[in-house]
Amino acid sequence: MHELSVAYHLVQTASEAARRAGAARVTCLRVRIGVLSCVHPDALEFCYELAAQGTPVEGARLVIEEVPVEVYCPRCRRQLPLKTIQKFCCPQCGRPTADVRRGKELELASIEIPSSHQHEDAPAKDVQGPPLEPPQEQPSQADSFPLASDSQESV
Amino acid sequence: MSRVPRILEVRTRILKKNDELARQMRQEFLAAGVFVVNLVSSPGTGKTRLLEETLVRLQAQGWRVAAVVGDLETDNDARRLARSGAPVRQIQTHGCCHLEAHMVQEHLKGWILDSFDFLFIENIGNLVCPTSWDLGESLRVALMSVTEGEDKPLKYPGLFNTSDAVVITKTDLAEACEFSPALARQNLEAVRPGVPILETSAKTGQGVAQWVEFLCRRRGELLQPNRAPMTSLRP
Repeated sequence: MHELSVAYHLVQTASEAARRAGAARVTCLRVRIGVLSCVHPDALEFCYELAAQGTPVEGARLVIEEVPVEVYCPRCRRQLPLKTIQKFCCPQCGRPTADVRRGKELELASIEIPSSHQHEDAPAKDVQGPPLEPPQEQPSQADSFPLASDSQESV
Repeated sequence: MSRVPRILEVRTRILKKNDELARQMRQEFLAAGVFVVNLVSSPGTGKTRLLEETLVRLQAQGWRVAAVVGDLETDNDARRLARSGAPVRQIQTHGCCHLEAHMVQEHLKGWILDSFDFLFIENIGNLVCPTSWDLGESLRVALMSVTEGEDKPLKYPGLFNTSDAVVITKTDLAEACEFSPALARQNLEAVRPGVPILETSAKTGQGVAQWVEFLCRRRGELLQPNRAPMTSLRP
């Protein structure tokens, strides 16, 4: 049940974003969860309510977007969604590919905060958040090492 | 006068704190010349047994090794591993199902990283939860034993897909379990094309030398790309 740890981190991240924006509370959180992140949406929802208690996020709606796995096929030169995560191959030509381009996300996409009083009559608009982060780094995986030479490791 | 909520783009990784700490730790490890291996498997796969053998063999080759081992309770594994003579510390998580970067960092306090060539992190026995947590390692190895069946990779694709190598353990029991190494390899290849696969039996020693050699080669590729094989460097 690592979702509880994830939920605490989520609440912390959202609370910090709200504080930076000068908001006392958050009304909605939108998160993106990759299928390969090993985080279960239902479990996260359950833990989220617990983790949110007594924070600016308490009572905020949690909207979870599940991100399907997409792989890149060097032969077809296309990024396509996997048919099944039991087989990592190009859905078009069938060639195996370990080049995962989507599906590992574990990300707080946005939060909703009540409009502040001084802006009550102004139309809702996006506020500039912190600079965009680089793509999720997973240095212990995949591209750290050449694969080809090791593909037939055996004893 | 409507009170339309404002939407704030955040786009931040939820585990940013862990990831940032892990990245900083990785830099420190590499600067100190420590090759860090994170061992992940279900409980009972034989992580500790293989690690016992690994620590002994690496030290016999002159490598300086250390290990931190995670469990919910007890320091049984640390005591087992310490028999190898290597510095070992136990992380007791008291219920937490995975290791996080700060837990590892706390348990490295007082150790001088420069004095190690290899650091092993034996994760909590769990094939799901450790997947999301970067510990600053250079190599994440998933283990599966022949007693668990060939379809483990299909049941837990998340972990196997995000691992750098896989070790099939307890091969001395393969026949008794009617375990098919070919089928296991096929399943691993399906969820992680190209992943290096090793087969070991820590009990009989079969495949352990290849595993140790694999670790040394990976360390060499990362830390000493222009140097000769370590046998000529180490007494």
